Amino acid sequence: MSGAPIGRWGPLSGTIAPMNVVVCVKQIPDPAAPAALDAQSHTLVREGKLILDDSDAYGVEMGLQLAAEDGEVTLVSMAPNGEVSGLRTGLAMGAAKAILVSDGALKGSDALSTAKVLAKAIERAQPDLVIAATESTDGYTGTTPVQIAELLGMPSVTFAKKISVANGSVRVERQTEAGYDEVECPLPCVVTVTAGVVEPRYPSFKGIMAAKSKPVDQLTVADLGLDASSVGWAGAGQEITGVAAAEERGAGELVVDEGDAHERIVAFLEQLKLV
Amino acid sequence: MTAPVTGDDMELDAEHRELRETVERFARTEVAPVIGDYYEREAFPYDLVAAMGAMGLFGLPFPEEHGGMGGDYLALCLAIEELARVDSSLAITLEAGVGLGAMPIYRFGTDAQRQQWLPRMCSGEMLGAFGLTEPGGGSDAGATRTTARRDGDDWVIDGSKAFITNSGTDITGVITVTAVTGRSGDRPEISAIMVPSGTPGLAVAPPYSKVGWLASDTHELSFAGVRVPAGNLLGEKGRGYAQFLQILDEGRIAIAALAVGLAQGCVDECLRYAADRHAFGRPIGSYQALQFKIADMEVRTHVARLAWRHAARLLARGVPFKRQASIAKLVASDAAMANARDATQIFGGAGFVNDTPVARFYRDAKILEIGEGTSEIQRILIARDLGLPGGE
Repeated sequence: MSGAPIGRWGPLSGTIAPMNVVVCVKQIPDPAAPAALDAQSHTLVREGKLILDDSDAYGVEMGLQLAAEDGEVTLVSMAPNGEVSGLRTGLAMGAAKAILVSDGALKGSDALSTAKVLAKAIERAQPDLVIAATESTDGYTGTTPVQIAELLGMPSVTFAKKISVANGSVRVERQTEAGYDEVECPLPCVVTVTAGVVEPRYPSFKGIMAAKSKPVDQLTVADLGLDASSVGWAGAGQEITGVAAAEERGAGELVVDEGDAHERIVAFLEQLKLV
Repeated sequence: MTAPVTGDDMELDAEHRELRETVERFARTEVAPVIGDYYEREAFPYDLVAAMGAMGLFGLPFPEEHGGMGGDYLALCLAIEELARVDSSLAITLEAGVGLGAMPIYRFGTDAQRQQWLPRMCSGEMLGAFGLTEPGGGSDAGATRTTARRDGDDWVIDGSKAFITNSGTDITGVITVTAVTGRSGDRPEISAIMVPSGTPGLAVAPPYSKVGWLASDTHELSFAGVRVPAGNLLGEKGRGYAQFLQILDEGRIAIAALAVGLAQGCVDECLRYAADRHAFGRPIGSYQALQFKIADMEVRTHVARLAWRHAARLLARGVPFKRQASIAKLVASDAAMANARDATQIFGGAGFVNDTPVARFYRDAKILEIGEGTSEIQRILIARDLGLPGGE
């Protein structure tokens, strides 16, 4: 992980200070619609309408619940175009405002340059807590949130299946293969949430109407004080050299019971580390 | 699977489009996986209704001061269409809860009545029902035989009502009934009176064994000396029937939207099936016989959608919309029926098995040509609105 910390705020002094939660959200092409890869860059074609990544809806909901009593949720997102429809969904759910970094120069950004941009934007919101999904539904690198934490000089807790905040720190039940760890971490920090953390609400029409007048602060790379050469294609430290179709699913294995079927099924599941 | 509707979205403003998409997502994610089971068991889906309540669907057309969403009738109809695209039982539960349960109270109720009932109805915690139809007659709604007489500070109601949606659920709070409260000349004077659930003398019969809409709640009701306070009169005494006719006019737009949802659901299912199912080495959708059928289904759906949205726009503008509402209801219920028939044919044997959605659509379509004014009544209304003489 490179880059010096670019911001740090001390832990909350009081216990009842308003919670300022930033939720990182990604606007992605609708997974229900046919997807296409750009022939040259091998990256996902992101023309047209983008929607709020389903996996981010959990973070937005968690943020709203944590900030419900006294606080607010700011959405932070990045897009190569000025698309806001995914952000509108988050605002309709109840987020107070959004910051969208939108700049043609961002096209081709890899996970690290995305983290640099998002960290700069998050810094502006001065959050007590930053929530992100474990990974996006379209890119799946799963590395951006911890890079953001590093850049912001904040601790990070990943795979949260439960979050509560008290006395300037966050308590997280962190999903593991065997069960979960209980982790306590001082605020401000970055927490990534799994799909099980909360049940996201569907926006109401009142929420949808209210979202119309909520501020979406659109910023460019230059507004953030970043050099355009450090993001997008220019700044990318990785390149997709090729893509191949996923292997077709093979035929399943039929277990015929000859008295030992249960043992063979258990052995099969053990091999998959499912038991 | 979302492609067919998006073209018709262009005429919607961003907020209505987003609402439509939200309900579409809800129906696909929350309703589709579980509704078949409710349908089979003929069980009322309380948890889905609660989720719809939490989304504010039951408060869509009502102002925020009453617990509503500050939306409009178009918003309600969009939600109904998207629900019906997956399931008609939930769509009619919403349509009846809002259009027949809450709307008369909002339109004709006093401030106190609105305060008492609307917030819980808007949140979906409580359903209201409207009892107009009687066992003796459907389309001849004016031939009401249920009576209400004043006795001191009370109304005392006797009679019965038939096919009353949402009248027997655990969350049904109030049933507004039309009853004869006197005579003016040789015509009966009909008023609307609110009867809270559980009032002594009100008997809710076991649910009907219906052909379709199996996850919706429909009962026959009987009233034997049911006593409610005089203040439960809804609207003007003697105006009950006239009031209800207004509600019925806009209700036709909502039923048209519901029918379009079902017609669209048939298109959705057939597009999927025609791509997945192979016969003679090709997807069945590559055969022209099927392409023509599906193209016709799309045409009917699109035209019917334009018809109900046009009627809804007239309603929103406050200009006469009666004829357009009848046209929409007629065209849309025809489209639903024809699409359900074609979709079942495309599915073949699978369409004759109850656990496929198209089988549900087939069973749910027929009532659309009957409820909220039969197709024959719609034609009479259109003819009358054109100035053709009455006389039958």
